[in-house]
Amino acid sequence: MNLNATLLGEAIAFIFFVWFTMKYVWPVLNGAIEERQNKIAEGLAAGERAEKDLELAQHKVTEQLKDAKAQAADIIEQAKKRATQIVDEETTRGHEEREKIIAQGQAEVEAERNRAKEDLRQQVSVLAIAGAEKILERQIDAAAHSDILDKLVAEL
Amino acid sequence: MAGELTTQGYIKHHLTNASVGEGFWTWHVDTLAWSILLGLVFILSFRSVAKKATVGVPGKFQCFVEMIVEFVGQSVKDTFHGKNPLIAPLALTIFMWVLLMNTMDLIPVDFLPSLAQWIGGLMGYDPHDVYMKVVPTTDLNMTAALALGVFVLMIFYSIKIKGFGGFMKELYAHPFNTPWLYWFNFIIEVISLLAKPMSLALRLFGNLYAGELIFILIAGLIGVWQLPAHFIWAAFHLLVIPLQAFIFMMLTIVYLSLAHEDH
Repeated sequence: MNLNATLLGEAIAFIFFVWFTMKYVWPVLNGAIEERQNKIAEGLAAGERAEKDLELAQHKVTEQLKDAKAQAADIIEQAKKRATQIVDEETTRGHEEREKIIAQGQAEVEAERNRAKEDLRQQVSVLAIAGAEKILERQIDAAAHSDILDKLVAEL
Repeated sequence: MAGELTTQGYIKHHLTNASVGEGFWTWHVDTLAWSILLGLVFILSFRSVAKKATVGVPGKFQCFVEMIVEFVGQSVKDTFHGKNPLIAPLALTIFMWVLLMNTMDLIPVDFLPSLAQWIGGLMGYDPHDVYMKVVPTTDLNMTAALALGVFVLMIFYSIKIKGFGGFMKELYAHPFNTPWLYWFNFIIEVISLLAKPMSLALRLFGNLYAGELIFILIAGLIGVWQLPAHFIWAAFHLLVIPLQAFIFMMLTIVYLSLAHEDH
């Protein structure tokens, strides 16, 4: 148990081991650990950032969705309004058209009837003259008696 | 002398180092061999991890080694506030080396000595003259060498940081700062300075020597009842082994941190 040369040997071994650890072991391992710690810290920070971004994006999405819904409702409302407007307009236009066509038809019918009446009158006058001729059995001067004839025609 | 198979002879045999040489130039071959072997186990295994260390996902052994490195690094960071690239590797070396040497205590007390005796017998020696003490930290030379290394570093850094004058001033002007008490301060401070490595060496040596002695006593005295007794003592010793390594490391850091402090 006395102190002896073993102490010197162990001291030399101790110095060697410390030197070796200082030179070849500690810096490498500690460096790896620290680098990994940095990496993990960065990863965590990135994750947090991404989470924040996601939250923001979700906010945006809900807002946009709300906007879009409002817009869609607006558009539908406008379309409905426009549709009723168009329907109303078309209905009035149709009515007017119908009135117009009916009026036109009536006018045409009137004109036709007037023409037929005129024709008839002409023919009756001719017939009347012919009849009178036959009754009188003589030549009636058409020109001389035209006033009578005209009166007749007017009476028809 | 070592021929008889008495309990006393058994214990004495177990407490004797295998030595070569005479007087001061005696070499405890077993202490040297085991400690250097364990030191090599430490630096080579850690070096192999360091060589393959990845920054990415580490393997299991790398994880284990990094745990130790980080633990030691944290201890150093908490206690030592200066900047010195030596302290952390020194602490790691002390912790791992002492831990491994202490762990030799858990190998059954007769296993390696008996093996050595058997081999010695084969080589033509009298087995009773073959000694083998496998726990290097039960040799005061081992613990004193560690403490001496730490002591030299303490002195070195004290002088380096504070200058020789500052270091001396710390020795003579410290508790009572009046010139007529300088001689008294000097005695106290030198004693407390020398007590640091002494306590380092003796604490580790005493703990491990006592632990080893209990194992030997259990093995030598109580026959077949030694099995549960060994188990209980080994379980208790399981606490002592890392604790002593940790204390040695921590005190080293503290002492060196004191050496770096400039008043």
